[in-house]
Amino acid sequence: MKVIAKTGNEAMAYAMKQINPDVVAAYPITPATEVVQIFSNYVADGEVDTEFVAAESEHSALSACVGASVAGGRVMTSTASQGLALMHEILYIAAGNHLPIVIALVNRSLSAPINIHCDHSDTMGSREAGWMQFYSANSQEAYDSIIIALKVAETCGVPAIVSTDAFIISHCMDRLEVLEDEEVQKFIGEYNPKYYALDIGKPKTYGPLDLQDYFFEHKRSQIDAFSKVLGTYNKIAQEYEKLSGRYYPAVEEYRTDGAEVAIFTAGSTADTAKEVVDDLREQGRKIGLVRMRMWRPLPIEEIKKALSKFKAVAVMDRSDTMADFGGPVFLETRGILYDLDKRPIITDYVYGLGGRNVEIADIVRVYDEITEVAKTGKVSKPVTYLGVRGEE
Amino acid sequence: MASLKELAKRQEGLVGGHRACAGCGASAAIRQILLAAGDKPTVCGICTGCMEVVTTIFPFTAWNVNLVHNAFENSAATTSGMEAAYKALKRNGKISEDMNFIAFGGDGGTYDIGLQSLSGAIERGHKMLYVCYDNGAYMNTGYQRSSATPYTAHTTTSPSGSKIPGKQQKRKDLTEIIVAHNPAYAAQTTPGYYMDLIRKVEKALAADGPSFINVLSPCVPGWGYPPEQSMNISKLAVETLFWPLYEWQDGKYKINVKPREPKPVTEFLKQQARFRHIFKPGNEHLVEEIQAYVDKQWERLLGKEEASK
Repeated sequence: MKVIAKTGNEAMAYAMKQINPDVVAAYPITPATEVVQIFSNYVADGEVDTEFVAAESEHSALSACVGASVAGGRVMTSTASQGLALMHEILYIAAGNHLPIVIALVNRSLSAPINIHCDHSDTMGSREAGWMQFYSANSQEAYDSIIIALKVAETCGVPAIVSTDAFIISHCMDRLEVLEDEEVQKFIGEYNPKYYALDIGKPKTYGPLDLQDYFFEHKRSQIDAFSKVLGTYNKIAQEYEKLSGRYYPAVEEYRTDGAEVAIFTAGSTADTAKEVVDDLREQGRKIGLVRMRMWRPLPIEEIKKALSKFKAVAVMDRSDTMADFGGPVFLETRGILYDLDKRPIITDYVYGLGGRNVEIADIVRVYDEITEVAKTGKVSKPVTYLGVRGEE
Repeated sequence: MASLKELAKRQEGLVGGHRACAGCGASAAIRQILLAAGDKPTVCGICTGCMEVVTTIFPFTAWNVNLVHNAFENSAATTSGMEAAYKALKRNGKISEDMNFIAFGGDGGTYDIGLQSLSGAIERGHKMLYVCYDNGAYMNTGYQRSSATPYTAHTTTSPSGSKIPGKQQKRKDLTEIIVAHNPAYAAQTTPGYYMDLIRKVEKALAADGPSFINVLSPCVPGWGYPPEQSMNISKLAVETLFWPLYEWQDGKYKINVKPREPKPVTEFLKQQARFRHIFKPGNEHLVEEIQAYVDKQWERLLGKEEASK
C-alpha cells in the first residue's frame, strides 16, 4: 500500500489513470478542470493507453463517450455543474442504452446566479436520468468510489456518477492510500461487452426508433437492470474491502447506537458532522449521524433500517427542489419512511447553497433543534434555510 | 474508382422495405454511399431525423452495417467517439480490421443544431466522413425552415403569406464553413449525379483525416413534386447552377460539372410547389433576385477555383 498526498481532483484523476480507460472524452469546467488537465498529462506522458477526445463542449463530450462505449470501449469522463446540465439530454441516452460510462464529477451549484462553489443541485437535478450516484465525503472515498463504481457499472450495464464537493474536497490536499496499478487492473478485469458497434460480423442498429409497441418493455428492462445495482454494489464493495481494507456501505451509520436523533446528510458535511457528534456524545447527548452515500438507486431498506430507530431526523440538503417543500433528500426520505409503522419525525435544513460555509456551530444548532423536536414532538418549521440572511 | 458493375455486386448497406417516401432523394443517396464504402466494413452514426426514423423502427432495421443513433445534434461527436474507441481497441489488439466511419445528418442536424458538434469533430481530426443529406428544411417534423432552406421557399415556419413571400434569408453556405476548417476533403454532390457521388465518397474515405460531403437530396413532400422526378430535379439543381458540384482538397477547388449553357434557375424552381408563389404576378423581382444570386455565387466559385490553381 502506498500513501500519497492528493487533492480530490488529483485522487479521481489518479483512479482514472489506474483504470486506464480506452476513451476519455471530456470538456474542462471549474472546479473539475484539473481532472481533465491531469488526465491529459497522463496521456501526453504515455502513462495511459487512452484515446483522449478533447471535445468542444460537455454535450459533445458525453456524446463521444456514448459513441465510444457503444463501440465497445471502456469509457470515462469528468464534469461539474453547467457541464452536467449540458450533458443532461445524453445522460438519459447513455443510460437507456445500458452504457457503463463513469463520470468523475465535482458538485457545483447551477446558474443563475452564476457561482463556482459547492452544492448538490447539479447531480440532484439529474436523479431521474438512470445513472448511479455516489456522493463522496473525502478524497479517499472519491478515489475508491471511482474504482468500485466502474466495476458495478460494467457488471450491471448502468452508468455511474461519482462526485466530490467543489473545492472543499476537489481542491483540498488530503492523505490518500492508493492501490497498485496491477491491483486495480485485476479488480476491474477486462471489459468485454456482449454487443458492440465495432463487431462487424453481426451488424446491428443501436438506438433505434422505439414506439408504443416496445418502448415500455425496454424502459422496464432498464429499471430491472437498475434494481440489481444495489445487490451488486454490496458484493463489489465487500470485494474491494478485501483488497483495500476500506468498506463503504451505501448508507453509513456513525455512532447511532442509543441515539434518539440524527442528522441525515451527504458529502463533506457528513465528515464535519462526525466531529460534532464526537463532541456532543462526550457531553452525553444521544445523537448520531447517518450519511447518504449512494442516492441512485435509492438504498431504501438501508435508509429505513438506519433511520427508523430515531425519534427525530434532521435532513441536511445541499440543494432545493423548488417544490416549496425543501430539498430532494428530505422529500424522498419522507417517501421511504412512509411505510414504517413507527416513523421518526423528519425536518429539513437546506444549507450551503453556492458554497456557503457550514460551520460546526450550524451543525450543533441543527442537533439542538432536532433534539427539541424529539422532546416536544412538535415541528414548528418543517424546512429551514440554514444561515441565510434575513431568515432567522 | 469502382465501376457500376462492381458496385452492383456489392452487398447493399441500406436495404429496401424501409418507410421512406417514394422517390426519397436522401435514402437513394445513402444507399449509393454505402455501396461506395462497401470495400471495407463500415460503421455509421446518424442524427435523429427522417432517415433515422424511417429506417430503424424497432424491431426492424434497413441497415446492413452497424448503425448508432444517439440524438439529433450529435452524430458527428458520437461517430468521433466510435472512431476514438476504434483506435484504442486496435492499439490494444482487440480489433484488427480496417473500418470506415460515416456520420449522417440532415440539414437540421448539420447546418443548425449539430453545427458545433460537426465543427468540433472536424477540428479534432477524426478519420471519418460526415455526410449531410441536405433537403433544405426540417422535413421529418413537417417541413419547417432551416438555415439550408433557399431564399423565398415556402416552409411551415417560413410560409408564403399575403405579406411575406416565404423564407426571407439566403442559405447558409455550409460547405464553405467546412472548407474553412481545412479538412482532409470536402465536396458537394447530389444523387442525380450518382457516379460523382460514388467517386466523392471513395475519395473522402481514402483521405487521411476528417472529410465532409454535402448531398443535396430532393424531398418529394417537402419540395412538392411528383416522386418519379427526384433524380431529374437533382440534376436540374446542377444544370441551373443552383447546386454546383465541386470538391476541395489540399487548398484547391475543383468544379466537377460546368454546364456549357446553364439553364435558367426557374427550370429548377418551377418544378416545386415550395416556390409556386414566386411565379405569381407581382413577384417577378423575386425570381430575378434568385437568378442574380445564383449567378453571383457561381462567379465566386469560379474565382475560387481559378485562384487556387
